[in-house]
Amino acid sequence: MNELIKLSAAELAAKLRAGETTSVEAVQAHLDRIAEVDGTLNAFLHVNAEEALAVAAEVDAIRAAGGAEAEALHPLAGVPIAIKDLIVTKGQPTTAASKMLEGWMSPYDATVIEKIRAAKLPMLGKTNLDEFAMGSSTEHSAYGVTRNPWDLGRIPGGSGGGSAAAVAAFEAPLALGTDTGGSIRQPGAVTGTVGVKPTYGAVSRYGAIAMASSLDQIGPVSRTVLDSALLQELIGGHDPKDSTSLPQDLEGLVAAAQTGAAGDLSGVRVGVIKELQGEGYQKGVQARFNESLELLKNAGAEIVEVSCPNFKYALGAYYLIMPSEVSSNLAKFDGVRFGQRVLPTEGPLTIERVMGATRAAGFGDEVKRRIILGTYALSAGYYDAYYGSAQKVRTLIQRDFDAAFEQADVLISPTAPTVAFELGANDNDPVAMYLNDVATIPANLAGVPGITVPGGLSEGLPVGIQFLAPAYEDARLYRAGAALETLLEKQWGHTLISQAPAIDTASIAQEA
Amino acid sequence: MSAISREDLVHLAQLAHIEMSDAELDKMTGELDAIVGAIASVSEVASSDIPATSHPIPLTNVLREDVVGQTLSIDDVLLNAPDSDSDRFKVPAILDGE
Repeated sequence: MNELIKLSAAELAAKLRAGETTSVEAVQAHLDRIAEVDGTLNAFLHVNAEEALAVAAEVDAIRAAGGAEAEALHPLAGVPIAIKDLIVTKGQPTTAASKMLEGWMSPYDATVIEKIRAAKLPMLGKTNLDEFAMGSSTEHSAYGVTRNPWDLGRIPGGSGGGSAAAVAAFEAPLALGTDTGGSIRQPGAVTGTVGVKPTYGAVSRYGAIAMASSLDQIGPVSRTVLDSALLQELIGGHDPKDSTSLPQDLEGLVAAAQTGAAGDLSGVRVGVIKELQGEGYQKGVQARFNESLELLKNAGAEIVEVSCPNFKYALGAYYLIMPSEVSSNLAKFDGVRFGQRVLPTEGPLTIERVMGATRAAGFGDEVKRRIILGTYALSAGYYDAYYGSAQKVRTLIQRDFDAAFEQADVLISPTAPTVAFELGANDNDPVAMYLNDVATIPANLAGVPGITVPGGLSEGLPVGIQFLAPAYEDARLYRAGAALETLLEKQWGHTLISQAPAIDTASIAQEA
Repeated sequence: MSAISREDLVHLAQLAHIEMSDAELDKMTGELDAIVGAIASVSEVASSDIPATSHPIPLTNVLREDVVGQTLSIDDVLLNAPDSDSDRFKVPAILDGE
């Protein structure tokens, strides 16, 4: 394995600045890695080799020439990145992992993509996901499952399984994800990587194909806490094109990660959420969680227990609000202006029947389930009992957070109740699949930020530790997350990702 | 709360413009029943004195100056159209039985 791909984004950026390597070498090393392992993993739906190498060459030329233009380069210039295929990009297909958008070429860039282009990060390609980001395993992709680099028979989490697997397998040092109910954090947990859902509105959602607009958030995926902080500072900030974008920039994220990396949490109050542990959480997950608490305590943190009694209703509220918004957001896929058009095989050829046939053929089972469920929750006679009640639960969950943050600066829980499960394990049980997000959903309902950091292994598979902070206080996540990362790595004597087994490309038939 | 019957599902599928086969309808009826059972608990705590939250971060309505911004060219817009004619999207008949 080329040593360049093992570097963190920050380390690679430093080497590029110091002239010890070039962006073209770094991009090529990652493309070689993708060629080597992605036939097995299927983390990428599209590889953008030509453009990535061209951007890399441009950065190298600017650096070689020196002067003001070289000085003005973004610190991450030349560091390659992978993009979740829910985020629209000019010049590369965007599918949302759906047949509905097969071959669709966006006529515009998402705001985060414009920022990445301006900072000159070569884009390696587009990563796999559950169709329209609906799922917790990446098994609902119309283009095949992504496999977990730690165990090829297991799921990489979802919906951002492709981004998480790509980063975990050293196919990219950075990736973009989107998190509506845990789609950045849960894949991070089960692949031993870092992922952050920023405060709602802290990163523009313009150009992220909408799933549930009051919950969706773009965020960073990486192998280290510092790298996520660097990426969030790059992609964050107000965007007039997103009317839900926060007016203010969140500052000091990188500085907070650097402070945290000293491993000192003196005076920081860490609240353990009583309702997000115990029953339903695997023993190994609970054990790693308890060990992390002990380390934080030894580093000076004050551990307090907090109760969020309404969190037990969060999953129910989420599976009413999200499908309701899905049923509305996905109405635009009607076979008229873009995407597939499928004609009915018999009967009159009217637009209504074309829509029915198009949506029947273009959407997968999980997408159909959620559209129908949302249509039901919003229909006359059920609206108050379902959607109306769910919105009230949202208020109760915000109140739980408000009360908890009076007692604690950050909250902590396991990110997911279990380690990665086997592919196909929940095929016929959507409710069991939904339970994977039980610890991540409350943050989306309340709009608060969350991070997952690797917390160790249980039976050889990664466990994630989640921190949550009040809205706008993303910096607290980076401080606490970096501290825990430092403390654990000091105890282990290595990073968690360095323990991932070599990917046995011979064991799984190359699909491409 | 009542479960979703097969007849309800036929109606919902029509509202959502998704054609469904008999086998799909049978399978989804059972699945939706289980999902609704798992999420119906929200009404337990949603008493009338609790205000609804539609949006996580309270923001006031956003307005902008009424000036022409960046727009897409006709070619860009029609690039992904399933069917088009000169500068327009082309669609099948809107009404049945011409």
